[in-house]
Amino acid sequence: VSWVGARVPRTEDDRLLRGRGRFADDLTAPGQLWARVVRSPVAHGRLRSVDVAAAARSPGVTTVLTAACLPAGLAIPVRLELQGIDLSGYLQPVLATGVVRYVGEPVAVVVAADPYAAEDAAELVDLDIDELPATLDAGQASAAGAPALFAEGNVAADFTIGYGDTGAAFAAAAHVSEIQIQIGRHTGVPLEPRALLAVPRPADRELEPDGGLDIYGMTKVPVFNRDVLARMLGVPAERIRAHAVDAGGGFGVRGEFYPEDFLIPWLAVTLRRPVKWAEDRAEHLMAANHSRQQSLVLSAAFDAGGRILALRADVLHDNGAYCRTHGITVPELTLAMLPGPYRVPAYAGRIRVVLTNKTPCGTYRAPGRFEGTTAREQLLDVAADQLGIDRVELRRRNLLGRSELPHRRALSTLGTDMVLDAGDYQDLLAAAMAQADRLGYARQARLRPGPDRSRGVGVAMFLEKSGLGPQETADIELDETGAIRVLAGGTSLGQGIQTVLAQIAADALAVSPQAVTVVCGDTARQPLGTGSWASRSTVVCGSAVHIAAEALRARITQVASTMLEASEDDLVLEHGTVSVRGDPESRITLGAAAAAAGPPGLRARGRFDVSHMTYPYGAHVAMVEVDHGTGQVRVLRYLVAYEVGRAVNPALVEDQLRGGVAQGIGGALLEELRYDEAGQPQATTFIEYRMPTAAEVPPVDVLVCEQAPAPGNPLGVRGAGEGGVSAVGAAIACAVRDALGLAGGVGALPLTPVRVRGLAESAIGEESR
Amino acid sequence: VKDVRQVTVTVNGQVHELAVETRRTLADMLRHDLGYTGTHLGCEHGVCGACTVLLDGLPVRSCLVFGVQADGRAVATVEGLADGTDPDAQLSDLQCAFSDHHGLQCGFCTPGFLMLAEGYLSGGRPADAGEVTEAEIRELVAANLCRCTGYQGIVEAVLATARSRLGPAGREQGTAR
Repeated sequence: VSWVGARVPRTEDDRLLRGRGRFADDLTAPGQLWARVVRSPVAHGRLRSVDVAAAARSPGVTTVLTAACLPAGLAIPVRLELQGIDLSGYLQPVLATGVVRYVGEPVAVVVAADPYAAEDAAELVDLDIDELPATLDAGQASAAGAPALFAEGNVAADFTIGYGDTGAAFAAAAHVSEIQIQIGRHTGVPLEPRALLAVPRPADRELEPDGGLDIYGMTKVPVFNRDVLARMLGVPAERIRAHAVDAGGGFGVRGEFYPEDFLIPWLAVTLRRPVKWAEDRAEHLMAANHSRQQSLVLSAAFDAGGRILALRADVLHDNGAYCRTHGITVPELTLAMLPGPYRVPAYAGRIRVVLTNKTPCGTYRAPGRFEGTTAREQLLDVAADQLGIDRVELRRRNLLGRSELPHRRALSTLGTDMVLDAGDYQDLLAAAMAQADRLGYARQARLRPGPDRSRGVGVAMFLEKSGLGPQETADIELDETGAIRVLAGGTSLGQGIQTVLAQIAADALAVSPQAVTVVCGDTARQPLGTGSWASRSTVVCGSAVHIAAEALRARITQVASTMLEASEDDLVLEHGTVSVRGDPESRITLGAAAAAAGPPGLRARGRFDVSHMTYPYGAHVAMVEVDHGTGQVRVLRYLVAYEVGRAVNPALVEDQLRGGVAQGIGGALLEELRYDEAGQPQATTFIEYRMPTAAEVPPVDVLVCEQAPAPGNPLGVRGAGEGGVSAVGAAIACAVRDALGLAGGVGALPLTPVRVRGLAESAIGEESR
Repeated sequence: VKDVRQVTVTVNGQVHELAVETRRTLADMLRHDLGYTGTHLGCEHGVCGACTVLLDGLPVRSCLVFGVQADGRAVATVEGLADGTDPDAQLSDLQCAFSDHHGLQCGFCTPGFLMLAEGYLSGGRPADAGEVTEAEIRELVAANLCRCTGYQGIVEAVLATARSRLGPAGREQGTAR
């Protein structure tokens, strides 16, 4: 029996369905206080004073923290330093000092006996701010004479990547196409707001003479965050323990190190009391990372046969007010992944990372790929129409062929050389189109839905990346009761990682996945874990668990061999027992093997080191109906075809893809974090920030392919977290363009009714010319 | 000065008496005063529905109801959905359907969807509504927000439960648990 590949029910479900999840705000410590963050109400200004006298007198208030109480110079560090670019001049202080740079920037923290009292008192903190002109547009912010956010200027980074001679290619081209597109500012918005509980541990005479600190609510990269916190607090890292908690969705946003991740523990340590903080939704929408906002100009040179000779990109990236933990991750991925699955002989990409008086940005599921894929696939449709070549055929001609893989692209991304591993992109595209045909997409698209309405189909190919190293570590334990426990470095964000890792361990040990307990994200139990992000956990964490479980299996066999007086080669592991082949009476349980080994039983560690990422790929097909009068776009059908290498749990791969599509529809049609001219955020509730409901998301057709196992890991897996969202902006933009019969691109996402009406009118204008 | 009232409220059949500030929401009272942390808060302004509970049998957003408004009334939360008080009690048909149809990932919004659907299927649905349709259930599910699943599994889970409970004609045939 192989559990890898089976649709095993999720081990996470039972607890969650009974209301027995353990989310950070569900936990309470004796003597706990509540924190409320006071935030800047203006987008840009000189912070003259913070008067906390009235707040401190408010009933129930313990203390009010301002920057003056803290050591100087505490700032949020960059987690991923890339391309050798120094961002130290643009980091966010944990509390604003001297200047505030966006609405929502933390300025003070009120601590009180209950959350209502804390919120009352927070309103009494008196901020004296001289307002400065706000800079809200990346184009204007990067121009000469713009109000400067920083002494160093507003352009935090300006870099190029590429290879080959694009100048010669464009000069020799038979045809050149160019488009511009703006991607709207939106973000992950997990349903659970951020929350933290920090609990000081009393001193222990020998182990912790100065006490320790327990943290609940660090998700995604708890070991990294623990280390950052330890450095900022000036204590050894092992004195801080981040405990595993449930997380109500991650999507790149949750679990990065934010100012609150320092402030709440600092308060707990200083006050020697447990301190809890749970943000409200308005805070989340103006304080947690935003993402996606870019303006891209893309041009491609083609030969007469429609083959790409070169690609050029010029991108303006609006990063908001600071560079946070992600540094230039999103801009770098935008450029590095732009050529996608295509044969691009020469490429030149430039990006400017511009700071504006808006919420700082970080990654959101498929960072850089959602943006770049939208631009590239629009460009290909525009070029196909100009060249008079079928849109799918143009893609087919330009996709790298099976024999061209592995393909070394002369780029690096996330510190790794880019080697597109095994695959068959053309086959995947053909499979997607055949499936869409079988499901009646083309036939339904041809139906006339009525006056003033039209339907369109959009096809988009995408390249993903996953499995970033450099390492992941897992430990596995077998005790004398036969209990098997995996201590993993990945974290549970709702994706089902515990089920997946249990399946992998179960295969190696010939037990059922229900017999395996998986602990994720506890920094004391797995201090070498590197977290769950970038679709990496099934690949790197799964491989580490596989290696650990195989090592444990070897130890079990060794011990059993002595106990059963049989050669290791003659032993059979099945159903939690070891027996001698041909002599089923001669058997021991796994627990007995562990008992024979003595306390603490049998243990093994698995470490998976990897220097290259793996590159999954796929195609999206969208069919939409556009109401030309109202500008409303309805997504009628949606197909994702995705090459996952090997699906550990196909049902969970489908879940990831479907969920990704829903978020992509949000970014393509609905969600936008807009600001007014003074820099006030216009989307601070779920009325203004429109996330898709069941009424906007159609059933999603999914084709999971396992034709191209990844060569770079023992399981052959490619990761599945982001392929559902990568190409949604592209496929829907292409479908709307098709429905309206546009000659150029759609210009901007999200395709709100106002924008679509404008496009519909421009299309009529083009026709009448 | 805090305005505090004495409240008697029945939660999942158990009677609680407590003093609660008049401005305290039902959600905060359930979560932080009574320990029913299965009810979650996703927006605190009545849009996401993660905090949905049943008040005298009908779904409400517990972030938009004050705790004192539950005085003398019965509240049902996700913790009471499985049969009996045994911690290992069998999950309800609706809970099982959510797992079978992959109607949850992170599980944060799940209690709200469960209570919304339970309230609808066990009393909220008009008796003359006829055959249960996918469109009807999709409209119901559109009342709440989920950020993980894309809703397909939630719609399928509620639809399957509705069909098994109500039968093809859409009339209650006794809960088949």
